Amino acid sequence: MTMKISRTNTAAALWCLMIIGFALVPVLMTSTYQLNLACHVLIWGLFAVAFNMLWGVTGMLSFGQALYYGLGAYFVGLMVEYLGRAWYLPAIGIGILAAALTAFLLGLIVIRVGGVYFTMLTLAFGQLAWQIMFKWYEFTGGDDGIQGIIPPGILANPIVYYYGLLVLVMISIWMLKRMAYSPFGLILRCVRQNPERVRFLGRRVRRNQLRVYIISSLFAALAGSLMAGVDNSIHTDMFFWTTSGEVILMSVLGGLNQFFGPFVGAAVIIMIEDIVGAWTEYWSLIIGTVILVMVIAFPKGLVGELHQLKLRLTQLRARRSQ
Amino acid sequence: MNPILQLESVHKAFGGLQVTQNVSFAVMPGEISAIIGPNGAGKTTLFNQITGHLKPERGRILFKGHDVVGDSPQKIVSRGMGRAFQIASLFPDETVLDNIKVACLSKLDQTRRFFRPVRYFRQATERSYAILEDLGLAQHAGRLAFELSHGDQKLLDIGIALVLEPQLLLLDEPTAGMSPEERHRTRDMIKKLWKAYDLTLVFIEHDMDMVFGIAQKVRVLQQGALLAEGTPDEIRSNKAVVSAYLGEEL
Repeated sequence: MTMKISRTNTAAALWCLMIIGFALVPVLMTSTYQLNLACHVLIWGLFAVAFNMLWGVTGMLSFGQALYYGLGAYFVGLMVEYLGRAWYLPAIGIGILAAALTAFLLGLIVIRVGGVYFTMLTLAFGQLAWQIMFKWYEFTGGDDGIQGIIPPGILANPIVYYYGLLVLVMISIWMLKRMAYSPFGLILRCVRQNPERVRFLGRRVRRNQLRVYIISSLFAALAGSLMAGVDNSIHTDMFFWTTSGEVILMSVLGGLNQFFGPFVGAAVIIMIEDIVGAWTEYWSLIIGTVILVMVIAFPKGLVGELHQLKLRLTQLRARRSQ
Repeated sequence: MNPILQLESVHKAFGGLQVTQNVSFAVMPGEISAIIGPNGAGKTTLFNQITGHLKPERGRILFKGHDVVGDSPQKIVSRGMGRAFQIASLFPDETVLDNIKVACLSKLDQTRRFFRPVRYFRQATERSYAILEDLGLAQHAGRLAFELSHGDQKLLDIGIALVLEPQLLLLDEPTAGMSPEERHRTRDMIKKLWKAYDLTLVFIEHDMDMVFGIAQKVRVLQQGALLAEGTPDEIRSNKAVVSAYLGEEL
């Protein structure tokens, strides 16, 4: 019983620490550049955690989540561009709904195939979307994208926008965490480990895969739509396969089997990009090396290995006190 | 009383090989019976046809009066037939408790609950602990399934099947690969579960202590055909069976 209480307390303490830490960013940091960096960590963190519901939890390696991330961003960007700034917030909601609908329709197709075929098919659809956005110059601005997307009213203030974003991201991650530990989350983990047995429990494997595909995609769209207001622009890279690849790297780095792993992975990769990028343009080389070392030496990821270390220390202490 | 399971001239061939040859028998409710036979006699193939994994070419398989030939395995499971596999089919990275709990939540149709943590589902939790208690696995509830011993994994597999409250449970070599001591424990456990859960049990087994120790009825398969059927005493003194198991002590 005391075990349980202390575990819940630790979790609550970590949540508080994380929220306070991010809430203090605008107070402690003076430059808008650093604020911008914190926004990137939060958005990519949400995107990666949502992606990991698919991969780490359910075992579905999608290589096309950029499709939904881009969709969210482009709904905001295009509606603000053509309809006006007042459409900024409604566009977020509409983009999420559009992403959910797209995920439902595409999901019906891509979920029919498993394993590497699923991965390839999601990649194909992602690249198809990228190609459309790239070629449709008159509407989307093609390679140039669209600049000058400013949120309306008080949200135009970066600090206000930051706090709004912080609240939305934290609520989303909290919702995803509740989901991961609900009966639905348990079924998803079971689908990854032994789909045949899940069928024998009278549950439908594909329907649950479709559900999590839609959920993951709509949170990816939310992340994308929030990004439009951070960089005040949208660009076709948001749809490109490297964007899908980035969340895969973040999940691997942080730890696939840990809920917060991808979030930590996102923070680390963005920091590396920022710090190393300041003195060399070959920062991707450093990231490549880091990922290589992680995969070979620490396959559980940063959070996973930390967890393991903690476990071993408690065991050691227990043995010593005996 | 009507039989719970009735096979009528079930026939199946893989190419030229007759794996099931006109097998007919009836299993009465509440019965505990064994299917024995040398390797390759078609025991598992017969199970696969009963549970819908394979479709027989001819014949009927009546489960509680319904012909289940052509039904999917899932549909047959939902009718009340359970099965444990030769190799335990578990969720290896989940705890022992959650392995049972996911089955309980499925049975209670609560797997679409998105927001409440699993541990707050009291009915499923209590039921899971009760089953783990019956299986003698309660002290391992918090361990991960893959950490369990071979024997305990097979028991857990049976436990998952029990959650769905089957009336008929088929066990494919429940003691295969176990140490003599584990085998003993499993045998006692299966007998206990049979009584406690009011089951009709059919098991495939090579371990003759188990077969003659707990089965009320024994059926012998040889080259896909039913060679003999009877009480353990009848089977032991059956000349055809003895010669099929030439040299082996029954």
